[in-house]
Amino acid sequence: MLYGYAGQILRVDLTRGVITKEPTPERVMRNFLGARGLGAYLLWTEVPHGADPLGPQNKLFISPGPLSGTLFPGAGKMDFTTKSPLTGGYAGASMGGMLTAEIKYAGYDSIILEGISPRPVYLYIDDDTVELRDATPYWGMGSFALEKRLKDELGEEFQIATIGPAGENLVKYACINHDYGRQAGRGGVGTVMGVKKVKAIAVRGSKGIPIADMDEFTRVAKAAYRACKEADGYEAWTRYGTMMVTSWCDENGALPTRNFRSGSFEQGANIYAPVFREKIVVTDKGCFGCPTPCGKYAHSKKHNIYVEGPEYETNGMLGSDLALGDIEDIARANQLCDELGLDTISTGGCIAWAMECYEKGILNQEQTGGLDLRFGNAQAVFALIERIAHREGWLGNLLAEGVKQAAAQVGQGSEKWAIHVKGMEQSAYDTHSATSMLLAYMTADVGAHHNRAWAITYDLAVGRDKVVPEKAAKVIELQHIRPLMDTLGCCRLQWVELGMSLDFYAPAMTALTGVTYSWQDLLHISERIWNLTRMYWVREVAGFGRVWDAPPPRFVEEPAVGGVTDGKLTSPEAAQQMLDYYYQQRGWDANGIPTSETLQRLGLAELVRVMP
Amino acid sequence: MRLYADNAKCSGCRACLVACSLHLFGENNPKKAALAIVPHFPAPGTFEVRVCTQCGRCAEVCPVGAIHQNDKGAYYIQPDECTLCMTCVDECPEGVIFSRPDVPYVWECDLCGECVDVCGPGALWIAE
Repeated sequence: MLYGYAGQILRVDLTRGVITKEPTPERVMRNFLGARGLGAYLLWTEVPHGADPLGPQNKLFISPGPLSGTLFPGAGKMDFTTKSPLTGGYAGASMGGMLTAEIKYAGYDSIILEGISPRPVYLYIDDDTVELRDATPYWGMGSFALEKRLKDELGEEFQIATIGPAGENLVKYACINHDYGRQAGRGGVGTVMGVKKVKAIAVRGSKGIPIADMDEFTRVAKAAYRACKEADGYEAWTRYGTMMVTSWCDENGALPTRNFRSGSFEQGANIYAPVFREKIVVTDKGCFGCPTPCGKYAHSKKHNIYVEGPEYETNGMLGSDLALGDIEDIARANQLCDELGLDTISTGGCIAWAMECYEKGILNQEQTGGLDLRFGNAQAVFALIERIAHREGWLGNLLAEGVKQAAAQVGQGSEKWAIHVKGMEQSAYDTHSATSMLLAYMTADVGAHHNRAWAITYDLAVGRDKVVPEKAAKVIELQHIRPLMDTLGCCRLQWVELGMSLDFYAPAMTALTGVTYSWQDLLHISERIWNLTRMYWVREVAGFGRVWDAPPPRFVEEPAVGGVTDGKLTSPEAAQQMLDYYYQQRGWDANGIPTSETLQRLGLAELVRVMP
Repeated sequence: MRLYADNAKCSGCRACLVACSLHLFGENNPKKAALAIVPHFPAPGTFEVRVCTQCGRCAEVCPVGAIHQNDKGAYYIQPDECTLCMTCVDECPEGVIFSRPDVPYVWECDLCGECVDVCGPGALWIAE
């Protein structure tokens, strides 16, 4: 008996319209746990080498984790894995909300979408009843309009994930939306759903989750709940959520401003958490099983819209980075991205790049389709978001490809201010003067995303410009702990923000599954997954290596302007030195490739020898 | 004694439902809880928590007398006496008597307090 898991994997062949169920493989779950880990394993073994991310060979793996849907704090997270249309490498996007629990209750540890449907469909799952239903009438609809419509048609108990027009139009960073404000945002997971013509997934489940030692699991879970509720900082965190970070970043020169030229924003105080809370927040909104809800559901009277957020990353990338200094304008840009199905971080990064091109005279008003693309022009931002989602006009179509491709096409030096790593737009931390955080972005396994290792507080604690091996060690430590949470199917923020002890996780997993796990065992599995995703890049990207871990030029060539980091930058040599420390400690060679000894140590040697 | 809920504090996370199902059925399954959360989204963006007020209407209408009071004063349905006639379900003014196809009786809140323990924002409490 596979305790802690639903026991089945659902395979949906969209080309032929055939749905099959297979038992969840026990050996794979022992080695990769679930969610992110299962996705990485399935991507490696099932998607053939050289597959076109937008072709029929690519697949989308939609997976809850072992803790998902259980009584463990933050058990509301799931993973979407695919070959990224944005980067050409590994993509794993985490999403909160209610869907992960519902998939588990319906009886599935993963939903595999493969092939390409000949016509728009949505996947209907009601426990054991699984159907592909016609979605032609829904094609073109906005994400939340469709979620509402499906809930009205199927019932409130159904949990719905949708793509918006951006996913249909194959914008390379289209997201998947759920629960009126939760997204799997990064790497184009919504694009893959779009090319497969799957407009939505609707799930209802009524089954329980088998638990090996119910009494012990309940005891551990309730103790963890109590620890969260009694934590210092509970009140401030639940009042403001991730928006709390805005003022901290602004004061510490880490708030991306005008395309990451500055780390502080002269209108910053207008977009801080208290302004947000008092002006527009309606309700605290938690994901499944969350005692510490960071979700803030808001209503902007100015724009007459409802939106969950903005959360911090969106505030940075659609706010300060575009020089929008009105929280209601940022909320509007957020809501447009959600409804149209665009990742807010990549969208902000692309528009900021275009605004800088416009400012420098590289793009004129003819190329912008008449938009006055000045930093701070909210109306132009709203219009451009719509154009990107619909690939409308030359600029909308250009930016729909992502900032790396856009800069390659426009040239004229604009590559220098295309802020990305591996083709993924950087999320909202300025890294002119934060060498751990810069390394975290350089080495994150999806591209420049913060969630693998949020190391910036460590920079502040030990000296932000220091170049020392301890910083690489901290980045590696975080890259094992944080993605482990994505593998277990739970949220990391109870630990990160409320200091819930890491000592809860191994006992919870042991009681849940009946398999004895130590914390070190779990970290070892996380390291195995990290190296497998690295090997995926090696396998799929010709010439992959050190050069793909290069920092965005802005942080190593152009000093920051204004704020506490004024005049600061990280030297190119320092960035390379950080990489050297990192590779050595990881057991990778000087080109950033895992050595055979490392793969052997992690039990990956046999798996990676067979390249499908 | 009864269970109270403050809708404005509820964040809709459903931990209460899981804790409830563990207590009532020894099962990790929020579809088997004795309270309900009704989300109102996308507008006005609020959660509505439905809980038993211990009004006693269920006991009044039960045709077979299967509904008793426990030592906390909570009404409960004795499983082996319930005939699944659904009278109490239809009559409950709060809509908080529940059934599922795989359970041979209906059930309601017994004031165990497990939901209160796990509610982060303190939206639930038991008082006179």
